[in-house]
Parts: sequence; structure tokens; C-alpha cells
Amino acid sequence: MVFPEKSKLLLVILLLVGFITYTGFIYKDLPVTTSHATSAAMEGKALWQQKNCNACHQVYGLGGYLGPDLTNVFSKRGPAYISAFLKNGTPVMPNFHFTQTEIDALLAYLKNIDHSGTADPRKFTKHYDGTIE
Amino acid sequence: MTEQSSKQKQPVAIFFFTAALILFATGMLWGIMGALSYVFPGLLKSTFSFEKIRPLHVSSVVFWIILSAIGSVASFLQQHTGRKIYSPRLLRIQFFIFCITIILILCSYLMGKFGGREYWEFHPVFAIPIVIGWILFLINMLRSIRHFKKQPVYIWMWCTGIVFFLFTFLESYLWLFPYFRNNIVNDMTIQWKSYGSMVGSWNMLIYGSSIFLLDKISGSQRYSYSRIAFLLYFLGLFNLMFNWGHHIYTLPTHSFIKHIGYLVSMTELILLGRIIYLWKSSLSTAKKQYHLLAYRFLLAADIWILLTLILAIAMSVPAINVYTHGTHITVAHTMGATIGINSFLILAFITDIFKDQFPAVKPSLKFFNAGYWIANIALFIFWVSLVGAGILKAQWQMSEHQIPFGSMMQQLHPYFIVFFVSGILLTIGFLFIIFVLLRQQRNACKQTGEK
Ligand code: HEC
Repeated sequence: MVFPEKSKLLLVILLLVGFITYTGFIYKDLPVTTSHATSAAMEGKALWQQKNCNACHQVYGLGGYLGPDLTNVFSKRGPAYISAFLKNGTPVMPNFHFTQTEIDALLAYLKNIDHSGTADPRKFTKHYDGTIE
Repeated sequence: MTEQSSKQKQPVAIFFFTAALILFATGMLWGIMGALSYVFPGLLKSTFSFEKIRPLHVSSVVFWIILSAIGSVASFLQQHTGRKIYSPRLLRIQFFIFCITIILILCSYLMGKFGGREYWEFHPVFAIPIVIGWILFLINMLRSIRHFKKQPVYIWMWCTGIVFFLFTFLESYLWLFPYFRNNIVNDMTIQWKSYGSMVGSWNMLIYGSSIFLLDKISGSQRYSYSRIAFLLYFLGLFNLMFNWGHHIYTLPTHSFIKHIGYLVSMTELILLGRIIYLWKSSLSTAKKQYHLLAYRFLLAADIWILLTLILAIAMSVPAINVYTHGTHITVAHTMGATIGINSFLILAFITDIFKDQFPAVKPSLKFFNAGYWIANIALFIFWVSLVGAGILKAQWQMSEHQIPFGSMMQQLHPYFIVFFVSGILLTIGFLFIIFVLLRQQRNACKQTGEK
């Protein structure tokens, strides 16, 4: 049994329209519209990417596995503790020789991430239909 | 698929395999170095730290998959049409663009220059030549097939894969605009939207090629034109477009994204279960023997499809994902998919294509068999060690009174040792196979040179 050529075309168009609508809707209505980062936080983000912190650390459980998830490190540890790590590195984490401005930028970024939500899996309620809240 | 066409010499496509196999070999060596960082934390910290090793490993193996998938599609496409590809010259240009870009990317990592996004960790400027090369590939594909009327399912899959890879790759660079970047939740939503669909698009290239190969092995094209093949293709496309929400269940993003991701993901079981079932039943044992080497990889991939699928479906249930997310279980799933499925399938394609291209040179069976079995057994141990480490980390993540991160990693250490040792064995197994394939190719070139 073969698939009618017309139906193939129709299905592809249907799916494409669905995909484009879904995509357009998400682009237009991004999940967060209220809080935007300060310029220091944006510099922190740029540094985060340039140094590839993501290779070892996760944010919201996505990223590397060698170091801890840093989503809520700001509220958990506080700026002084984090600065100490960033200044000296650890036995595993290299010392990146950051200047104070760079450390401040990274702190602003980590604070910004912290304010966006919690990544702690213990905080979710699990339902029998498999969903979580 | 004419006899003459399948024997047609395809030097350009073969170059893709040479480069891809070299990347595969070196990528695994970087992987071993990365695993070493888990066994001896802090090793080479000041000179060659993990933030360099990880991208070297990831990019090498990602480009192994991409280059070899391009080579396979280009070769099989020519076998399908019975004609040369529209423009071998464009393919050659694409090849050089990709090779030069990949070399520059790997060098930039060594110098500590990063773009710092997951998987595509290179500076965004390198995305430009990749996009250009990819557009050349798209042109070559569309011009070669000419029309969509009465085409088998794999042609649809290849075109879908090429178009969606281009779209999602571009989408993954939307973060360059402040509008998308200046909130972490928005940024990660779009990032994983693109990555989720991108994996689907390269799977379209690879699964399309396996359908082509299985048809070729079975000697009948019935499946590729069947109604069920197209139904499954559409289900695959549906998943490619809408299932990506399962990557970000714990991100505080729109909840409809998560619900859609969850619902759509649950349709995956039908999809692959059915595909495997049909493939196998359409093969007769005698014909299996004929293509034995290629078929053996397909067989291994079938087993990995099952294992990976079970894990994937489980992980797509949010209430289970909340445990596995951020643990090595995710890594186990990725390794099952990229090594167990993608790499084994691609090795099947290469083995088959080399058999047609270099009929006078037989690959060394001794090395092949050894490599095949070592790789399979090692991959299973490797996978189990990751699942084991992941379960322990999941327990830690969920425990009421968490011990420090460093102490938890210490507890995972035995698993990391098994992971490291099996990783070395896995590499040895694959190196045997790579060696067999590259030698087959070199000997064939020598023979033609002597003639
Ligand atoms: C080579 C891997 C690696 C890289 C790269 C890396 N880190 Fe780390 N980092 C670690 C590890 C491992 C720890 C945990 C140290 C421990 O357990 O003693 C850590 C700890 C931290 C901590 C303290 C977390 C806590 O809860 O104690 C912060 C903050 C941090 N890193 C930030 C960063 C930033 C910012 C970057 C990028 C500029 C970065 N790290 C790059 C490996 C890395």
C-alpha cells in the first residue's frame, strides 16, 4: 500500500505550518519578559562563555559534570565565598586570574541566574500522570 | 539503484570518510583524556584543563558523525539516482570548507578560545563557513533528486535532515541577539529548542541512510515506498519538531512547552519499535550473509536502539526526568545514541560503500572481528558504569542532607575507574575497525595507482 502523493505534501505543509507557528509564538512570547539582566551581568555571561565554565558546571542541570550545578550558588553560598573560589580556583578548577571587575561581572551573572528560579530537583512535586510542578 | 551506478567511483564522498574516521579516532583519544580528569581530578589543571579537553572531544566526535553522514548520504544518493551527484565540485568545495573550519576550531580550543555554548563550544564566527558548506550540500541534494514525486522515504528523510539542520543550527545562534540572550530562561529555552530538533535532523540523515542500506541488502525497495514507512517518517518529523521540551523540564519556562514535549515524546516508542520490526522481517538469511560486515553493525545498532529507546522514553517522563536530569544517566543515554546507534550505523554505511568502491580489496576480518566485539562489550560496560554513577548522583541530588559535592564525586570514583578502563577498551575496539577501513582504502588507492 502506498501513500498518496497529495497527502504527503499536505501532511508536510501541515506540520511545517504547525512548527513555524509554534516557533514564532515562542520567539514572540518568550517565557520571561519582566526581568532583564544588567550590563554587568551580561559581561559576566560573556566571560562565562569565553572561559567555558559550562564544560564543568551546569545551570538548570544542563552542562558539564565535573563541578557542581551553579544555578542557585549565589543564594546558597553568597558573593564572598564565590569570589574566593574565582580568585584562587580549586584543586580541580583552574585559577583564571580574573580581575576584580571580571569577578564582579561573574557575580552579577550568577545572581541573575539565581533570581530566575530554582534548579533543586527536591523542590518539585511529582504527580501520578508523570508530570511535575 | 543500478549495478553500474553502485560501482561508480565516488572519490569525493570517500574523502569525507577518511577525514571523519580520523576525527573519530582522535576524538576518542580526547575522550580518554577527559575520562582521566575524572579519575585523577585536577590533572594538568594549569595547562590543559577539562574546559579545553571537553570541546576537543565533543567537536571531534560531532564532526565524525556529521562528515560521515554527509559522505553516506552523498554516496547513497548517487546509488539511488544512478547518476553522479549534481555537482561533485560543490561537494569538493564543501569538503574543503568543512575540513579547514574543523582544523581551525580544534586549534582555537587548544589556544583556549571558546564560544562557550554546549556542544558547539567554538567561537560563533566558525558557524559561518559551516552554514555556507551546508547550503552547498542542500543545493547538491535538491538538484540531484530534481523532484519529490514518487520518491522513496529516505529521500524525504535526507531532505528533511538537511533543511532542519540548517534551520536549527542557525536558531542555536539566536543568543547573539540581546533579545534572546538577556534572560537565562529565555536563552536556554531557545538553545534547547534548537538542539533538540538538531539531533532529530541528523538522525533523519542517518536513519534515512539505514533504510536505504537495508533495502539494498534485502534487494527490495518495497519498504521505502510503503505507507507505513511514510507514516513513521511523519511521526519522526512530528517528534523532531515538537519533542524538544523534554530537555528542559526543570527550567522555569512555559509549562505548555513541557507538556507538549512530554506528550510528543511518548509517541517515540511506536516509531522505532516498528521500524526495527519491519527491517528484520524483510531480510532473508542468505542475503544477510552477503553483506555480512555491514549487517553486523546494523545488528549492533538495533540492540542499542532498544536500550537507548527504553532509557529515552523513561527520561522523557517528567517525574522520572527530575531524578535523572543532570546526572550521568543523561550521559549514558547520549553515549548509547551517538556511539551505539549513530556510530555503528555509520560504520555499516562505510563498510558497505567501501565494499562497492574497492571490490578488489577485502578488509582484514581478523582485526574487524576483534574490533567489533571489543567495542560492543566495552560499550556495554561503559554504559552501565555511567548509569551506575548516575543513579548514585540522583540519590545524592534527592537526599535530604546532602554531603558536599566533592565527597559525592569521591563516592562515584569506582564508577569513573570502570568508565575510564572501558573507555580505553572501546577506543581500542574502534581503532581496530578504523584501521581496517583506512587500510582497505589505502590499499585500493595503491592498486589503482599501480595500474
Ligand atoms: C575544569 C573544570 C572547571 C571549570 C572550567 C570551572 N570550574 Fe568552577 N568548580 C569546579 C569544581 C570541580 C568545583 C568544586 C570544587 C570542590 O568541590 O572542591 C568548582 C566550584 C566552583 C564554585 C563554587 C561552587 C560551590 O557550591 O562550592 C563556583 C562559584 C565556580 N566553580 C564557578 C566557576 C566559574 C564562574 C567558572 C568559569 C569562569 C568555573 N567555575 C570554571 C570545576 C571547574
